[in-house]
Amino acid sequence: MKHHSYWRLAVVALALAALVFPAAALAGEAKGTIKVASQSPLSGGQAALGEGIKLGTQLAVEQLKGAIEKLGFKVEYVPFDDQAKPDVGVANAKSILADKNILLVIGHLNSGVAIPSSEVYKDDKLAMISPANTNPMITDRKLPNVNRVCGRDDVQGAVGAEFAKGLKIKSAYVIHDKTTYGQGVAEFFRDDSKKLGIEVVGFEGTEEKSNFDPIITPIKAKNPSLIYFGGIYDQMAPFFRQTREKGVKSTFLAPDGADSSDLTKIAGKAAVGMYYTTTAGPVALYPKAKTFADDYRAKFGKSPEPYAAESYDATAVGLKAIEAAIKGAGGKMPAREAVGSAIRKTKSEGITGSIEFDEKGDRKKAGYFVLQVYSEDPGKWGDNKLVKRLEIAPPPVKK
Amino acid sequence: MDTALLIAIFPQVLLDGLILGFMYALIALGYTMVYGVLEFINFAHSEIFVVGAFIGVEILLGLKGAGVLDSLPPFLVLILLLLAGMAASGLLAVTVERIAYRPLRGAPRLIPLISAIGVSFFLQDAIRLVESIWRNAFNLVYPSMDQLNIRFQLTETLDVSVKSLVVIAAALLMLWALHLLVNRTKVGKAIRAVAEDQATASLMGINVNRIISLTFLIGGAMGGAAGVLFGIQYSLINPYTGFIPGIKAFTAAVLGGIGNIPGAMMGGLVLGLLEAFSASYMSLLTGGAFGAEYKDIFAFSVLILILIFRPKGLLGEVVRERT
Repeated sequence: MKHHSYWRLAVVALALAALVFPAAALAGEAKGTIKVASQSPLSGGQAALGEGIKLGTQLAVEQLKGAIEKLGFKVEYVPFDDQAKPDVGVANAKSILADKNILLVIGHLNSGVAIPSSEVYKDDKLAMISPANTNPMITDRKLPNVNRVCGRDDVQGAVGAEFAKGLKIKSAYVIHDKTTYGQGVAEFFRDDSKKLGIEVVGFEGTEEKSNFDPIITPIKAKNPSLIYFGGIYDQMAPFFRQTREKGVKSTFLAPDGADSSDLTKIAGKAAVGMYYTTTAGPVALYPKAKTFADDYRAKFGKSPEPYAAESYDATAVGLKAIEAAIKGAGGKMPAREAVGSAIRKTKSEGITGSIEFDEKGDRKKAGYFVLQVYSEDPGKWGDNKLVKRLEIAPPPVKK
Repeated sequence: MDTALLIAIFPQVLLDGLILGFMYALIALGYTMVYGVLEFINFAHSEIFVVGAFIGVEILLGLKGAGVLDSLPPFLVLILLLLAGMAASGLLAVTVERIAYRPLRGAPRLIPLISAIGVSFFLQDAIRLVESIWRNAFNLVYPSMDQLNIRFQLTETLDVSVKSLVVIAAALLMLWALHLLVNRTKVGKAIRAVAEDQATASLMGINVNRIISLTFLIGGAMGGAAGVLFGIQYSLINPYTGFIPGIKAFTAAVLGGIGNIPGAMMGGLVLGLLEAFSASYMSLLTGGAFGAEYKDIFAFSVLILILIFRPKGLLGEVVRERT
């Protein structure tokens, strides 16, 4: 019978609200609602990382919307699930574009989804800030509306190759997942390794998700000192696990697609001791990130996944730019294009360091990190050992 | 091209291919047996296979959660998993037949086929729903049992793990048992009679509906066992894992001659070997021009060739004795 009283309460509250707030509602309507959208995989095998992007964005919107609300706008957050699929990302992008109140998109996780989706945003110059897309083509197309707060794969591949050289690696076997991101970073790693004198004994792409036997057999026969997997954790984890089970002792190295606690959840002790490069430093590394991590845990009941802090920062920059654009428009709803150009002019101190974009949308100084997996307990992913930390400016665009 | 390397890995690739082939064979039986009695493709069979894998992982995780997994003998656990997976998948297959196929028995051929595709989607998302509520997880991992991961080094380049041996032994045992059941028992005779001619079989006092249910039970149980073995061998499963092995096993059934039980076994083995050899050898033979990602193209090209020259599959003619 409790339901009854709840219903009645709700009805009464609504009636009251209608009586008391009509003035406020009208004022809000006059200025309008500003929406921030995010796009990341929220279902499927890569949802762990995708949800981190969503929650980081959500936290930032909730904590930082005050400045825009003071200017008389309502601020809303709308998450989209791109399922890590290019076609779904593009379909979402079209409905995002149709909603004129959306002034900012935070996303995506996968470069192969971000590139076609950003071509849609471009049509109406809708600003996109990526927390996680590392493929060079994201910014090398020089779109005025596309930016990223993370690093680039051409640098990440080189960082990986140099790190391997530092480990005195003689030979490497390179595997990738055939996506824009995975194959891209694997090719950079391969080319830089060759330049540094590491012998690349194999280069293989696969979409296989469960049975890696036929790929592992030639690797085992060639016995490379290092195996590099350009891909995402849901595919590399079973690969690493089966590789170790088959008795291969090579060192494992992977790019930032490895950076999720789900890697150890799937691979178990096979992942312990492996290295990965990333452009998302562990939250513990940033002095300002402690409050962020505490708030995140308090609100969502779990530790922030990699790229959650980057999503928070990306949203913070975007909100700041929206605020500037509102002021530039004389307190009115700003044009989408104005938000895009305000982002390029915004300088801010985020939790992952200072953020400023160059003329093609790359972060002026992005962090690159090499980490080593410390424990097979997924809860201890945040304790992974930092082996190397670099800050590198993006390379100039090749003509 | 490194000939010594090619020869060195040959036995290992052969073994990998056999393991995969036996897995396909077990799943293919479900397709072929149902086709044999009803002449229709049960596309929901790939999900019936995955349900076996999920029952297996749930029991293992349950045992692990209770802290008894390490103290139980691994082979006892294995037999428990197999029996549970077989029971669950077998009963599910019977239920699916009762609900989604039997009411359509007299309808045109395409209708139950569409119904089967619908059941397949339904089961996929049902598994996803249950797992996301129950464990908040998409990918589930078979906890490793150390005794099953022990490897025997047979030669310098060939080794085999206990769990691979288990997969082969279990598959052989089940295929043999099925062979006996179909060819040496009264029930088997009834199944063959129903496959031959339902109307006449029912005139001879055979309860056709019961025999059809039994066929689904056996085919589903084989699929469930394959699911458990798949999980133990490759460790990672998710609600959509079944799709690709399901399609491959269906291919294997067609390759062997659909409706023909020894044909399904043979088709499974041929497809598994083709896949393993093309994945391992392709990039070595072409100097990296064609990599392991082309394995399916190669395997299916061979399939097309075989079907051009033997349209009824490798053993297809044997079953086509009907007049």
